[in-house]
Amino acid sequence: MVHIMEKKNKQQAKEEQYLLEVKGLKKYFDVSEGWLKKEKQYLKAVDDIDFYVKQGETLGIVGESGCGKSTTGNLIMQLLDKTEGEILFEGVDLSTLKGEALRKKRAEIQMIFQDPFSSLNPRMRVFEIIAEPLRTHQAAKGKKLENQVYELMEVVGLDRSYARRYPHEFSGGQRQRIGIARALALKPKLIICDEPVSALDVSIQSQILNLMAKLQKDFQLTYIFIAHGLPAVKHISDRVAVMYLGKIVEITTKEKLFHQPFHPYTEGLLSAVPIPDPTLREQKHRIILEGDMPSPANPPSGCRFHTRCPYAQEQCKGEEPKLIEEKPDHFVACHFPLKEGHGVLIDQ
Amino acid sequence: MFAVILVALFAKSLAPHDPKMINPAMMLKPPVWVDGGSSLHILGTDNLGRDILSRIIYGSQISLAVGISSVAFAGVIGVFVGLVAGYYGGFIDNILMRLVDSFLAIPTILFALVFLTIFGPSVPTLIVVLGITNWVQYARLVRGEVLSIKEREFVKAARSIGVRDCKIILRHLLPNVISPFIVISTLSVATTIILEASLSFLGLGIQPPTISWGGILSDGRDYVATSWWLATFPGMAITITVLAIIFLGDWLRDVLDPRDNH
Repeated sequence: MVHIMEKKNKQQAKEEQYLLEVKGLKKYFDVSEGWLKKEKQYLKAVDDIDFYVKQGETLGIVGESGCGKSTTGNLIMQLLDKTEGEILFEGVDLSTLKGEALRKKRAEIQMIFQDPFSSLNPRMRVFEIIAEPLRTHQAAKGKKLENQVYELMEVVGLDRSYARRYPHEFSGGQRQRIGIARALALKPKLIICDEPVSALDVSIQSQILNLMAKLQKDFQLTYIFIAHGLPAVKHISDRVAVMYLGKIVEITTKEKLFHQPFHPYTEGLLSAVPIPDPTLREQKHRIILEGDMPSPANPPSGCRFHTRCPYAQEQCKGEEPKLIEEKPDHFVACHFPLKEGHGVLIDQ
Repeated sequence: MFAVILVALFAKSLAPHDPKMINPAMMLKPPVWVDGGSSLHILGTDNLGRDILSRIIYGSQISLAVGISSVAFAGVIGVFVGLVAGYYGGFIDNILMRLVDSFLAIPTILFALVFLTIFGPSVPTLIVVLGITNWVQYARLVRGEVLSIKEREFVKAARSIGVRDCKIILRHLLPNVISPFIVISTLSVATTIILEASLSFLGLGIQPPTISWGGILSDGRDYVATSWWLATFPGMAITITVLAIIFLGDWLRDVLDPRDNH
C-alpha cells in the first residue's frame, strides 16, 4: 500500500514538473555616464525574481511599462544576457548554452511580438516569413516545406492564397496571425507572448486571444503571456504574476488574484479595470494609484511600492518584504497583506 | 539614362568622326548653328581640330565606367562594413567607426593625388582610389540604418528563431538598408564623375589619349573666353548624365520597395 502511494506521489510530482523555472533572475543595465566615472550606476530592470511555469498552463505577467516584464521575456528567450540567476527549461539552464546548442534549443521556445507592424520583415513575403524557422532548423524542404507552410496558414486562419503577398498588404490582426504561424512552425513547447494583442483593435483582440486559446488546446502549448493590464490576461491565464519595478509582488492563480488580492498594487491594478455594469460599480472598493512609477535606476528603499501605496507604514520604508507563501499557492511580497474584500468578481 | 548607356556602348557607330583625329584645317570651329560653323562638326571642334561630339560620345565610355565601377567598389566595402559594425556593435563597431573617421579626415583630392602618384595613373587605379575615398560615407549611412532596423521586432524574431547572424544580415538587414544606399550611390556616381574630371584636370586622372569628359573639359578651359563650346558641351554631358542617374536611382528605389508594387 505504502509502495503504491509512493509511486503515485512520484508520478504526480513528475506530472507537475515545471517546464520552465526561473530562479533569482537579475538583469542590471549599466547606465553609468562617461567612462571616467568610477561609480557604476545600474538600472535594475529585473531584480531577483523567481517563478515557474507548468507544462500546459498559461502564466500571465502583468505590470506597468518599465516594470521589467518584457525584459523577463527577452531574458528567457536569450535575447538578452542575464546578470545573475538561473533559467531552467526542462532542467537545463538556458543561459549557460552557447552557439549551436543554444540555436537548437531555440526551436523549443518561440515568441509572439507586440507590434505586428514591426515584427514582420517588410521585404519578405508571407511564405518566406513562415518558412524561415523551418528552413533555419532544416525541419522541411521542397514540397514538404510548402505543405507545412500552407498548413500553418490554415491553422491560424489565413487563406493560402495570401502566401505570395507582402506584410504591408495585411491588417494588424492578420499580421499577428502571420506572427503566430511563424511562432508555431517549429512546434515549440513554450511560447512567450509579449503583449500580443495590445497593438490591435479591441474587436480583433478577442479574435486573436480565442485563436491562441484554441492553439494551446490543439498543440498542448505552454504560454507566458505578458500584458500591461489585468483585463488582457483575465481570460487566457491560469496563474498571474504581478510585477512592479523589477520585482514580482504577487503570484498566484487567476481566481485567487482577482477574488482576493493580497498586494495593494494588485488592488490598484484591479481598480483600474473598468466595470461595464454601472450597478456593480458602487459595490467595488476602488483605490486610485497616484503618481508615476519611480525610476528603476533609483528605486525607493524598502518596499518599492511604498511611495504610492495607500496603506504604507513606517516598516515599509526601511525593510524590503520578501515574496512569501501567504496562503497555499498564493505568494505575495508585502508586510501588510490585504484582508478579504478587496477583490472583484470574475464575470465569466 | 539608358540613352547615355547606349551611347557609351555604341560609341563607335554613333560617332561621326574619329575622336582622336587631329585636323589642323578645322581648328576651333564653332557649333553648326553659330556663324562659321560647319555641318561636318555639329558641336564644333577643339584646339586641335578634333570633333567635339565624337569626343563626348567616346568620353562617355570612360566616364561612366569609372563613375559606376568606383561607386560599386566603394558600395561593396561600405555596405559590408556598415552592416557588420551596425549589427555587432560594441568593440567591432568602435574599431570600424574609428577607421571610418580617420578616412574622413583625409582630404579626398590630396589622397587621390598621392595614391595616383605612387601607383601611376591608370583607369583601374583611378577606380580603386575613388572607391577608397568614397566607401566611408556608405559605411556610415548603412550603419545608421542598421542601428535602427536591428531594434525592430522582426530582427528579434529572427534571432529568437535561431537564424544565424550572417543570414540575419543578408536576409533581414541588407534588403532594408538598400534603398537609402541606392539613392546615395546614384548621387555619388555623379560626384565621382565630377571628381574624375577634376583629377583628369590636375593631370593625374585619365591620361591622354584616352578620352574622358573631365579631360575634354579641362582641355577646353583655356579657351572658355574665346571658344565657349569646348568646355560647355562636355559640361552639359556631365549634367545630363548626372540628372539621368539621379532619376534612375529614384525609379530603382520605387521598384525595389514592395509597398509600391501594385
